[in-house]
Amino acid sequence: MGWSLFMQHLVNAISLGFVFGLVAVGYALVYGVVKLVNFAHGDVFMMAAYFMFYASVLFGFPWLAAVIFGVVMTALLGVGIEKVAYRPLRKYPRINSLVSSIGMSFLLQNFAVVVFGGIQRSFPVPEMMRKTIILGEVRIQAVSIYTIVFSILMVLLLTFILQKTKIGLAMRILSTDFDTARLMGINVDNTISFTFALGSALAAVSAVFYALRYPQIFPFMGQYPGSRAFIAAVVGGIGSIKGALIGGFLLGMLTVLLPAAFPEYSGYREALIFALLVIVLVFKPNGLFGQEAGEKA
Amino acid sequence: MRKLLSFLLLLVGIISAFAANEIVIGVAQPLTGSYAMAGQLGMRGIDMAYEEVPTVLGRPIKLVKLDNKSDKIESANAVTRLIEQYKVVGIVGTYSSALGIPATEIANKEKVVYVSPSNTNPLVTKDKPYVFRICFIDPFQGTVMAKFAVQSMKAKTAAVIYDVSNDYSVGLAYYFRDAFVKLTGNPKSVVTYIAYQGGDQDFTAQLTAVKRGNPDVIFAPVGIVGDGALIAKQARELGLKQPILGGDTWDLPQLIEIGGSAVEGVYYSTMFDVKADLSDKTKPFVEKYRAKYNEDPGYLPALAYDAYMVLIDAIKRANSDKPDDIRKALLTTDYIGVSGRIRFDQNRDAIKDVVIKTIRNGKFEFVTVIKGE
Repeated sequence: MGWSLFMQHLVNAISLGFVFGLVAVGYALVYGVVKLVNFAHGDVFMMAAYFMFYASVLFGFPWLAAVIFGVVMTALLGVGIEKVAYRPLRKYPRINSLVSSIGMSFLLQNFAVVVFGGIQRSFPVPEMMRKTIILGEVRIQAVSIYTIVFSILMVLLLTFILQKTKIGLAMRILSTDFDTARLMGINVDNTISFTFALGSALAAVSAVFYALRYPQIFPFMGQYPGSRAFIAAVVGGIGSIKGALIGGFLLGMLTVLLPAAFPEYSGYREALIFALLVIVLVFKPNGLFGQEAGEKA
Repeated sequence: MRKLLSFLLLLVGIISAFAANEIVIGVAQPLTGSYAMAGQLGMRGIDMAYEEVPTVLGRPIKLVKLDNKSDKIESANAVTRLIEQYKVVGIVGTYSSALGIPATEIANKEKVVYVSPSNTNPLVTKDKPYVFRICFIDPFQGTVMAKFAVQSMKAKTAAVIYDVSNDYSVGLAYYFRDAFVKLTGNPKSVVTYIAYQGGDQDFTAQLTAVKRGNPDVIFAPVGIVGDGALIAKQARELGLKQPILGGDTWDLPQLIEIGGSAVEGVYYSTMFDVKADLSDKTKPFVEKYRAKYNEDPGYLPALAYDAYMVLIDAIKRANSDKPDDIRKALLTTDYIGVSGRIRFDQNRDAIKDVVIKTIRNGKFEFVTVIKGE
């Protein structure tokens, strides 16, 4: 394999890795604080894409306004979902909320099918995102660079919120024990609502970058990145934000580099990826950054 | 009150007597999920056919329409429900060979005739005496596209990208490679043969591998039209300038909507075009469809329309609603449909012409018809 070709593969791998990583960060945040694997995360992601699509195509919002509208609507949706589907179950075993989140996932998907229709729509991509940057023989999509920069910014911002702000402190305490947190005068409901708002806003941001790169949106678009992000979060050490980003990055690298290195075995890609991930978990059962789960950064 | 009750009872009696006289035809299509667009387009064809022919053997036809949700298991479930719950005498099949294979498995086991409009994978009808299809099969479609690449486009090498989780895609990729190697006489003429997984949106790994082989053409028999659009888009972004070829799954408006300028100049095979002179019935059908839906019909409504008509034609000739009689009548079908003349070979597959289309200036364009053999 030539040098330029190898570099091209590497660029593809890094940009896909950050796409997965960005979705995984939202997963990790909610899990880290509430200890709930929110299987509806991928579908919240899908709803975000539709909010932006309708704001832009139907109501003619300028692109950036549509994105902000989408992020805000998605944050509200996340808070609403928590109120309706998770809060009433909080005093029961965690498995109940888990099942509720799976139910919510199906509900959102089928709601989207009925209301938005099952067909694929084309997501609007502004001119500056369409560019391809050419370095010698290597080509990079402008969107990929934005994705990488934004993912890193997001992680820094989250780390800042968690470590330096009052609400972040409350979230960290909450992640250890709800009851003790309540005794310490923390408003548990508000803090959890805030966590869901933040997690859903993250889903919306990742949906923007995802849809810019793969501009077709449909009611089941959240399934694939959702499951990928879940795996990324587990491998990274679920609850660890840095781990989620790195787990996503690892997954993206494998997804691209395995078929690149062994094109004749490309059909076995998924099997190979998951075999490798199982090996990782055998040696590091808590994921790569699992031991830091309590710290979340 | 008593009067009202007895009246209602009478009404129920009349309705059930009437219902017993009905001939029940089942349809299972993907109305939601990844193939929703295709399923809904097929349903339009069936609705039009039903409006034209709502009775057979002097009895009303009851059309039962189920959604198989673009899911292989749901597809088998839908056919089971049609047979057990609705007691259908015949079934007009689903879009997508991947959904068709489990569906036909059930229909054949339950001995109910099944007419597939557009499933091209050989396994849909193979060893299933109750299953028929009114379109060509992938060994033929793959050969036609390989011939088109070698003879019309003067290609000496090709790359193939296919969806390893989709039966249709795996089959068509295989038959294309087989034919391409035979036609060029060079066992190494397919320089890259690489898979992706259904659900993937990122094809840069596969396309970069294709770039390394530097083929004359790229063949991408995708399972879902959106994959084709994204493959074309990402190929152009990676600087691949080769012509891209596809199969009948490319023939949906989303290809242009999502692919934009990247799908300019792609070539693909399909079963129908308003400009392809396939039979005398094509023109009236196209006009009727335009009046109803305000757009040109693609291959899905046309083939679904024909599948319904072929089934009704067989019921008429059998003069019976018994699946075994209908099956016998189907075997001797010689019907002129809107998509051409329909006869079945010994595998109950139709011998049909292949239509080649391209995209120019953001619009589908008819290229040529290649005769069935």
